[in-house]
Amino acid sequence: MIALGVLILILLSVIVAPFYAHDIAHTNPFTSNLNGTTVISGRTVPVLQPNTQGLGLGVTPIGPTWDFRHYFLGADNQGRDVFARLLYGGRNSLFIGTVSAIICCGVAAVLGMLAGYFGGVIDWVLSRIFDIVWAFPVYLLAISLSVVLLTSGLNLGPVHVGPGSLWLPIVIIAAVYVPYVARPVRGLTMSLREREFIQAAIGSGASDWRILTKEVLPNTLPSVIVFFPLMVAFNMLTESALSFLSIGVQPPAASWGTIINDGLGLLYTRPWVALAPGIMIVITAVSLNILGDGVRDAFDPKAKLRGAV
Amino acid sequence: MKFRSRWLGVASASALVAASLVTGAMGAQASTPSTGPALTYQPSHAGGTVKLLASSAGGTLDPQVNYTLQYWQLYQATYDGLVSFRKVSGKASFDIVPDLAVALPKVTNGGKTYTFVLRKGIKFSNGQTVTVKDVQASFQRLFKVANPNAGSWYAGIVGASACLAKPATCTLTGGVVVNPSKNIVTINLTAPDAEFLDQLAVPFGSILPASTPGHDMGTTPIPGTGAYMFKSDNPNTKLVMVRNPYFKVWNAAAQPQGYPKEIDEIFSNTVESEVTMVENGQANWMFDPIPSDRLAELSNKYASQLHVNTLTSTWYIAMNVNIAPFNNLLAREAVNYAFDKNAAVKLYGGTKLASPTCQILPPGFPGYQPFCAFQKGTGSTYSGPDLAKAKALVKKSGTAGMSVGVVAQTDTVDLALGQYLQSVLNSIGYKATLKPLSPNIQFNYIQNTNNKVQISETQWYQDYPAASDFLKILLSCSQFHPGSDNSINISGFCNKSLDAQMNQAETLMLTNPTKGNALWAQIDKQIMTKYAPWVPEFNPKLIDFISKGTGNYQFSKQFYMLVDQLWVK
Repeated sequence: MIALGVLILILLSVIVAPFYAHDIAHTNPFTSNLNGTTVISGRTVPVLQPNTQGLGLGVTPIGPTWDFRHYFLGADNQGRDVFARLLYGGRNSLFIGTVSAIICCGVAAVLGMLAGYFGGVIDWVLSRIFDIVWAFPVYLLAISLSVVLLTSGLNLGPVHVGPGSLWLPIVIIAAVYVPYVARPVRGLTMSLREREFIQAAIGSGASDWRILTKEVLPNTLPSVIVFFPLMVAFNMLTESALSFLSIGVQPPAASWGTIINDGLGLLYTRPWVALAPGIMIVITAVSLNILGDGVRDAFDPKAKLRGAV
Repeated sequence: MKFRSRWLGVASASALVAASLVTGAMGAQASTPSTGPALTYQPSHAGGTVKLLASSAGGTLDPQVNYTLQYWQLYQATYDGLVSFRKVSGKASFDIVPDLAVALPKVTNGGKTYTFVLRKGIKFSNGQTVTVKDVQASFQRLFKVANPNAGSWYAGIVGASACLAKPATCTLTGGVVVNPSKNIVTINLTAPDAEFLDQLAVPFGSILPASTPGHDMGTTPIPGTGAYMFKSDNPNTKLVMVRNPYFKVWNAAAQPQGYPKEIDEIFSNTVESEVTMVENGQANWMFDPIPSDRLAELSNKYASQLHVNTLTSTWYIAMNVNIAPFNNLLAREAVNYAFDKNAAVKLYGGTKLASPTCQILPPGFPGYQPFCAFQKGTGSTYSGPDLAKAKALVKKSGTAGMSVGVVAQTDTVDLALGQYLQSVLNSIGYKATLKPLSPNIQFNYIQNTNNKVQISETQWYQDYPAASDFLKILLSCSQFHPGSDNSINISGFCNKSLDAQMNQAETLMLTNPTKGNALWAQIDKQIMTKYAPWVPEFNPKLIDFISKGTGNYQFSKQFYMLVDQLWVK
């Protein structure tokens, strides 16, 4: 329940991002603000502050003011409000994590059921595809796909996804994790296929479509649902990693990974730029994992004893 | 040149020399200061090991192939040409002095024949004596190893066209003629070249043993004549230089005696750890630029160990004048009006580290005459952006709403500049996306027209101080090669009339450098004010950070810090 509460809190905070940016902080978190100013203790100061000591080298973004109206967590090297970007970044990170998990679980469920139910050539072909995809380290595959697609976008017949679109990381992340969900679904379907009620349905002449949708799907769905929160967490972490490497969410849009990347060059002087999204990723991932465990326990109490999904 | 894969410009000193040779009586001796300042050796400081840090190795160790500042700095102490740039601090470091040659060459035949007398008794680091045959073979080898500039700088040597066509059998017949009995080397050119001596004075002009194979030697050290020799090179760990046992000073201005017993360049550190190691005295110097988040710390705590030097370099935005939207002059002017150069200076590290610029040639460069178009105010000093005018120009150009891809490198400063440019483009009515690419890829990627790059962040560091090294190399028709990764005219700008003026300026440099540079200044202004293919951003400075106790910092304007002159004792 605590995990659910934390997740709801995070969700609410990222939903109000536009309200915070426009009505409280009065800032545009997607536009460079290199010559901007803000107010600290009644004094107007530049957002990017030139060094006035020693040889006077370097320009440092303003640090946390701990005032929600003025650069609560300070500025990044473009002079943008880090807290406002953190909220917007959370929207993208959670959106990508959730939507890619939906796509991943949906595609994996369908392919897993088809492979497990029909067996034979279909199973062989699908299983080998899963093997090939799974043979690549997940991050290496995701990075390779991102590098290729981010320069030219995704063009599949009439479908065109631009290089800067959020749908690119969504599709890439969903694709690389399909085998992770599909293989257990396939195993479960193979097991179900031998069960009496399926054999009875086959014997009574029910169509494959009817058996898959009315008999197999309802019995595999709980496993897929158990996977779902875990996949959201996995996918969010993958998105953060890709964005950290500049091959996920593209600027000026933000995700927690891109903000960590923005903060990398400011670790010595403005560590909060990288720390804040890092902390948010940890809290969200832990909450999703705990929630996943709870969902698993609710759907499959025996699994609690096995200590595995 | 780029900072890592650097295109070094060769300077006007040789242009002055050439001018004096051509305008004076034919058969004159080159008259650059062959007498002048030289470093004084202080034996009490000899010894010890200098530890240099770099995040990665600089590529091949072959001096006739490598084109990086990182190794060009090391080649100063390991190799010699017939002539070289004076090894001193300050402006005198642009002087050309005789090195393996006894004196500067005698130039005859209307500036087309250079005659050198080779010094006697100089030995390579393997003990072999340097002969005129080695000189001839070294020039032939430039073509055999496909030297990056064989087709441009050295293409004017008689016989070069045959060598370019069939490098493996290159002889440069009639181009490099030697007389072993008199120790004379004669180089014949197809036409006078005001910058030829500059091009001989860079590491590509190193004289190597004639037995050196005619292919890139990679990490295998080639014997040289400098005060040091390469002992070993492991690109994953370190490069080691030790004293050349056969070295004796013959001209301290060209190749002074070095101080350390050994010079190690250690690789594979992160830039942040490099800073910390130099702070702690674990290393003497770091090659890589100091990360921006450490600048204030170093500036405040280690001011006495920092050396800030002005560079002849321009950071700029290249707009592709051949594809939309920047095939429209109004669109290019709009970006020039909108981009705030002062903001770019902040991203680089502040006003102490860079100065905004509106033109192609850097301050102090031959042909530099200050001007500033496309700004809020008037005058030759940049006063700020004019966003309203920029928006109006975009609207008038009919390009508003177009998609624009900005290509920048992934390193901190370049990426920040790319993000800022993206923000500027969005603010004036475009839909801009940012494509960050690794520094290893980006520079060649933006040159190739097949990649359809619309606008990109890049920079140019001089090879030598001559206006042509910026204007002709970067913006003439001859440097635009569609479909090639080596098309350094990134904007694809080609104007026949300006090309003719550039050729005229080059010719004038041979006879009247003052007039020649005045014409270069006009060309600089015309390109920017009439055609605006670039958005010049700023002229940067270089910071060298050395450890406490490291002494005798010497900064050559041509090749930067002289590593062999550092004292660790």
